[in-house]
Amino acid sequence: MPTSRNSTSTSFGRILSWVPAALAVALVGYAIVVGGYIVTVAGFALIYAVFVTGLNIFMGYAGQASFGQNAFAAIGGYTSAVLTATYGWPPVPAMLIGVAGAIVCAVVVGYPTLRLKGHYLAMATLAIGLIVYETTVQWQSVTQGYMGISGIPPLGIGSFEIVSDRAQLIFLSIVVAIAMGSAWLIRNSRFGRALVALSGSEDAARALGIDVARYKLAAFIVSATYASIAGSMFVHIVGFVSPEVFGMNMVILGFTMLYVGGIGTVIGPLVGAIVINLLPETFRALKDYQDLVYGIALILLLIYAPGGLAALTRPFKRERTVKPAVTLASEGAKP
Amino acid sequence: MAQAAVQAPAIAGAQPKILDVENLSARYGQVEALHSVSISVRAGELVAVLGPNGAGKSTLLRSVMGLTTSTGSVRFGDQSLPRRGTSKIARAGVVLVPEGRGIFAPMSVAENLQLGAYMIGGRGDEFERRRERVLTLFPRLKERLDQVSGSMSGGEQQMLAVGRALMAEPRLLLLDEPSLGLAPKVTAEILETLGQLNRDGLPILLVEQKAPLALKLANRACVMSNGRISAEVDPREINSHADLAQFYFN
Repeated sequence: MPTSRNSTSTSFGRILSWVPAALAVALVGYAIVVGGYIVTVAGFALIYAVFVTGLNIFMGYAGQASFGQNAFAAIGGYTSAVLTATYGWPPVPAMLIGVAGAIVCAVVVGYPTLRLKGHYLAMATLAIGLIVYETTVQWQSVTQGYMGISGIPPLGIGSFEIVSDRAQLIFLSIVVAIAMGSAWLIRNSRFGRALVALSGSEDAARALGIDVARYKLAAFIVSATYASIAGSMFVHIVGFVSPEVFGMNMVILGFTMLYVGGIGTVIGPLVGAIVINLLPETFRALKDYQDLVYGIALILLLIYAPGGLAALTRPFKRERTVKPAVTLASEGAKP
Repeated sequence: MAQAAVQAPAIAGAQPKILDVENLSARYGQVEALHSVSISVRAGELVAVLGPNGAGKSTLLRSVMGLTTSTGSVRFGDQSLPRRGTSKIARAGVVLVPEGRGIFAPMSVAENLQLGAYMIGGRGDEFERRRERVLTLFPRLKERLDQVSGSMSGGEQQMLAVGRALMAEPRLLLLDEPSLGLAPKVTAEILETLGQLNRDGLPILLVEQKAPLALKLANRACVMSNGRISAEVDPREINSHADLAQFYFN
């Protein structure tokens, strides 16, 4: 039976585990109230939170490495941009076509590459990102190359458009809540447990009847869907897209956010996206030393919070470990 | 060698073969680890595979499960098991408790048990019935349901590994070194539970280095060395370490 101390610790741990989410909500709420430049920063953070949540499902849950998530964001972003700005489509159908395109690409690329492991899989996904990037640069008749596509309309349905900064931030907050809620549902579903199992041991997962190749592909498709939605939202919020938006920098930022926030945790992507977007702004007053201090802050975060900021509350949750009421006759202390 | 109080009887040859392995060979790269091994398990039988390190015992189980590159014939009941496609083999009813337990350390005990019942969805009345049965067999797990499984003791982890396998309600259980790294008394308790499961009708193929413990439970035993089955042993004929050593070294 749990002791009263353990019960207290459990309650405390549960409360504490909500602190990162509460801080994130408070920061976004602050941005909505205050307005101005911080709304733009918070908006980018929320778009990245969706992108990194998808990356987290593939890397954090399923334990696979992908350096090509920017490709799916580019497919979503460019499909939305071309269909709305060039062909006058409404944003929502354009976004759905983008998602469909990203899923088709994920299936075509993922089916052969997900049979690879470790470095080979990482290199294969890196190639996808580079191929899509080059396509956005070279296919000038559609993408306008480095010039990019401007005049992309804001998100909206029919005559209702989300135009103001605050309205966009509220909309993005709702999308992030849905993205994180669905990530939580996935983690606690049969599918999510199977992903975590195969990340621990593919052989052990197979021996339980889990079709490892199919689940890896499914995780890849889900993460591509998140990336595509993030890419579409980005172009509608900013109103412009060019190849650099979805370059390798996006992958590096995504990885940084994932590890700083807490890989494998549900709330980690949001925490990481907010921290990584806000840190440079926090150090802006340092002028020439801004990048240096930003780099040092990241290193310190990874040293002192190796599981990510969202995982800092885990030690308190571990108090859920209870001593047995009955001691196995043959077994003494733990090894 | 101390004899068991109750020695498992030999199973009559008339019982149908549940598992029938013929000429199974397996290799890791250029190294052949299993050379044309043939072995069978009859209904209700517990067959022990004994032998020193590197004899090919674990490779035999992994090959039956389709986890290695292998050739040969593996029949399970009236169906032929594919040489690749472990998940299909598991769905047919063959479940492996791997060497080193293979529990999912970051997950809770409850989640590990849910994964054991993956094939029935990990919820519902049938799931609850199976879970209750496992928790009755291993009451310690009931107290640890919310605990991260990697933080449990070795004995508890082994109970979880066996319990998770039982959640699949296997028609044949493959056990790889359940005693590995455990205190003798803990091993004895776990093996006793396995013996009870076998007496209740579950066929088991048990790979074990601790021969005296395995022989107490087994209806039949095979000794492996250098990737081959070198001897078949009737556990009732083993009365001393010298008897056993004869099979190991001849």
